[in-house]
Amino acid sequence: MKIVKTGMAGTLESSDVLVTVRENPGKGIVIHLQSIVEKQFGSRIRKVAEETAERLGIEEAVIQLNDRGALDCTIEARLAAALYRAAGITEYNWEAL
Amino acid sequence: MQKLRRTMLYVPGNNAGMVKDAQIYRSDSIMFDLEDSVSINEKDSARFMVFMALRTQEYEGIETVVRINSLDSGYGKEDIKAIVMAGPEVIRLPKTETAQDIADVEELVAAAERKNNLPEGKIKLMAAVESPLGVLNAYSIALSSSRLIGIALGAEDYVTSMKTKRYEDGTELLFARSMIVNAARAAGIYALDTVYSDLNNDDGFLRELNLIKQLGFDGKSIISPRQIDHVNRVFAPSKKEIRNALEIIEAIKEAEKNASGVIAVNGRMVDKPIVERAERIIELARASGMALNDDEEE
Repeated sequence: MKIVKTGMAGTLESSDVLVTVRENPGKGIVIHLQSIVEKQFGSRIRKVAEETAERLGIEEAVIQLNDRGALDCTIEARLAAALYRAAGITEYNWEAL
Repeated sequence: MQKLRRTMLYVPGNNAGMVKDAQIYRSDSIMFDLEDSVSINEKDSARFMVFMALRTQEYEGIETVVRINSLDSGYGKEDIKAIVMAGPEVIRLPKTETAQDIADVEELVAAAERKNNLPEGKIKLMAAVESPLGVLNAYSIALSSSRLIGIALGAEDYVTSMKTKRYEDGTELLFARSMIVNAARAAGIYALDTVYSDLNNDDGFLRELNLIKQLGFDGKSIISPRQIDHVNRVFAPSKKEIRNALEIIEAIKEAEKNASGVIAVNGRMVDKPIVERAERIIELARASGMALNDDEEE
């Protein structure tokens, strides 16, 4: 799956995460994280995001996460939605998730 | 034991906080909504949210239901594809008008189950009837599938189609409610009532609960955890009803032992329907976790 435009998903409400995905040609996956629980869970959140992007076959993207205490499954869901939006694809590969 | 479906709590599928906390209120069922509570621009995101939540969160014995979009909305087919994989216990179809609507959904659900090597028939269905035509077809809808566990009324669309609105006393819904509960009973499935939207009107809510209990409904869709206690209180059998039911069961056992014919309890003749009602009260009391005198004595 290739990122072709900016895609966003999620909100800044409590227990949610606002995800923004942008193109990153030739520079792999870069994750920027802002989180209210960064000290405790920062590395965990980054890992969840990396693994989700990998499962969806993303090789290049800037992923910005503005986290408000989201569960792993919320991070995965919002990131998946943002990635599909950024790729302009509406055929979803549910098996990959 | 009879499954309780007194409270089916609506959870907007795109609300991360509510999806996360839905189980802590202990409603009998949680209904994740992909339909009316989700805006057109967020249909995809809500579907991912509910999909991931069902795949990873533990709902601790609470029945999970997903209200999908109708097939003609353009979202329903993808909803089914995703949600069958996520594995809720029930898929609820909104705006059901004919038995064919359920047959169409069942075909897609069965195909998704086969594709994912899931046991066919595992996911149950529920039909929400929200139009005059749907109400008139309630019985054929109730019989439309062996997967169908219940039929529900969606009153807001219904009253609009009927060129009326919702009134405090519910007279405008009497025909629809009666049709639905009658269809459900004839088909041997559950009957669920529509939502009560005025969260600040406890008296009105309690009046409506007593009415639907009187009509024979099993429970109600609810829009807030605040409504759960009210519903459970109204649907719980009273101590007097439990005591009376236990006396009837005891008298029946005694009569069977002595091979005696007609029996009476407290001066009232007890026949088959009364025994069935007594058994249902005991079952409901047990399912509600209420103490029974005979259990306490054992």
